[in-house]
Amino acid sequence: MTKITYREAVKAGLRDALQSDPRVFLMGEDVGRYGGAYACSKGFLDEFGEERIRDTPLSESTFVGAGIGAALGGMRPIVEIMTINFSLLALDQIVNNAATLRHMSGGQLSVPLVIRMATGGGRQLAAQHSHSFEGWYAHIPGIKVVAPATVNDARHMLGLALQDPDPVLIFEHALLYPMEFELDETAKPTDLEHAAVRRVGRDVTIITYGGSLWKCLQAAEQLAKDNLETEVIDLRSLRPLDMPTVLASVAKTHRALIVDEGWRTCSLAAEISAQIMERGFYDLDAPVARVCSVEVPMPYPKHLEDAALPQPDKIIAAVQELVAHHA
Amino acid sequence: MTSSPLITREHALSLLFEMLRIRRFEEKCAELYSAGKIRGFLHLYIGEEAIAVGAMQSLTPEDAIVSTYREHGHALVRGLSAGAVMAEMYGKANGCSRGRGGSMHLFDASRRFYGGSAIVGGHLPLAVGLALADKMQNRQRVTACFFGDGAVAEGAFHESMNLAALWKLPVLFVCENNQYAMGTAIARAQSKTDISQKATGYGIPSEAIDGMDVIAVEEATRLALDTVRCGAGPYLLEAITYRFRAHSMYDAELYRSKAEVEEWKKRDPINLFLDRSREHGLLTDADLADAEQRVAPEIAEAIAFAEAGSWEPIDDLTKDVVTPARAAS
Repeated sequence: MTKITYREAVKAGLRDALQSDPRVFLMGEDVGRYGGAYACSKGFLDEFGEERIRDTPLSESTFVGAGIGAALGGMRPIVEIMTINFSLLALDQIVNNAATLRHMSGGQLSVPLVIRMATGGGRQLAAQHSHSFEGWYAHIPGIKVVAPATVNDARHMLGLALQDPDPVLIFEHALLYPMEFELDETAKPTDLEHAAVRRVGRDVTIITYGGSLWKCLQAAEQLAKDNLETEVIDLRSLRPLDMPTVLASVAKTHRALIVDEGWRTCSLAAEISAQIMERGFYDLDAPVARVCSVEVPMPYPKHLEDAALPQPDKIIAAVQELVAHHA
Repeated sequence: MTSSPLITREHALSLLFEMLRIRRFEEKCAELYSAGKIRGFLHLYIGEEAIAVGAMQSLTPEDAIVSTYREHGHALVRGLSAGAVMAEMYGKANGCSRGRGGSMHLFDASRRFYGGSAIVGGHLPLAVGLALADKMQNRQRVTACFFGDGAVAEGAFHESMNLAALWKLPVLFVCENNQYAMGTAIARAQSKTDISQKATGYGIPSEAIDGMDVIAVEEATRLALDTVRCGAGPYLLEAITYRFRAHSMYDAELYRSKAEVEEWKKRDPINLFLDRSREHGLLTDADLADAEQRVAPEIAEAIAFAEAGSWEPIDDLTKDVVTPARAAS
């Protein structure tokens, strides 16, 4: 198995898409000359030309809307919003156009648009550059929301998203880009909608996504030394949620912890917790636990930022508490 | 007044009929709204008919149209049947959007009529994208984007004008300046009220025209489209107009005087056109009577069509949220 960085996997996925379908083009800020804010499209301008690698002005609302229009018009645009933090400027286009056009038109229109965004905190970029709004997007009917957490998914989810006739939002955690993982060429993902069990265990189910996965796996390794075997589920898809996979695991372990980098209040973790309660109540031996970001705009200094975000030690502590819980 | 091109009597009849049809349709909608048949918001195009009718003359079936929530006129001239539009406003399943959209969200993909947008300015980027798709696929067609003076204040106007100009996209931007953004007069919203002038900041050619003069609109649109169709990039037409009715059915019109409305009614686009056509010997009063006689049954039929339509079963509530084959929980 080869080792590649998450960034290289994303890039390979982009190249696959651009090479295999002439309707595909990449549009966003600094995707061309700059090579991509996270270097995911470095060299693409030379390779594919400026018709297909389009640097846009700083106009999130309009270039996302233009992506919607281009999708309506028969193209397969990949719109890159530099980070989820800037996507707020395009929220109206995503919510009021991309998500609604199929429904409002009575099924006449299809918006096969893919939007990719970097997300998450942990690089001391402070309050306006560290958001995790995946949960907000997962709230909206009419779009799909996915979070590739492995290099396999980073490589292949884009291609699957481009085949989808509906809008798909792909969230790439910024901390993952430089991280190296083993790419298993034999295990290509075949769909966007299913969660994946990344680690099998019997004592506690950890449910997570995106940039928190490796923190959970790290915690799981540590816990295993104390003979605590955690099952780690990578949601992959945040909308729709693969609850059957989650519930099957909870039926086995009877204890659930959700790790979500969004703020705790009204988080995606809250949704998952509610669904476990609704559909798996009698399988639980303890209340569903959550490790989320602390309710503070992301502070700049490292020690405070670390304290604000989910971390392996907090995950370990939460698991231990779950296991210690008895009615 | 622009010098009239050679208009045939046939064409004059057609223009009269189209404007009258919109007028009578909209008047009927107001009645039906008061009767509780049409619900939610209803934004009437009465007074502005010359713009949709005039502009549509030079648009082909291959071109795309994106419009606002005040889009019944555009829909009718584009060829959506009065029945399908009426049924849509009733919320019936035989509406053009299967009843799911209502007055503000008329869609017809087969006629490249892309709504119907309730977010002021929110559809300008869609028009830019449709034009981008055409340019990238080497298709010689134009996207006509209608919006009001209110939309000019939204960031999307600035962004869309800029991007369309930068990438030389085939968009015809048509600002239907009826002088009010709901209840806010343009002088209270714009530091500079000359909308066509704003286009110069983007290097976009533009023209301000009399939106009450259907011939002026037709001519200006034809010239504008010549520019757009030859690949020179976007064009902005500012059509000065006035809505004779309130912003929507709920509006008490506290922001403008009745005297002002009456003054503008003297420039009713239908009367203006009829008067000029009479002067030029193209039309007579008999033609108006004749047009009324043709319009009335069409509208009556449209209402009957809507009344006869069925309600979508509630079990189908979540239909078309996402593509059927992949509908998940």
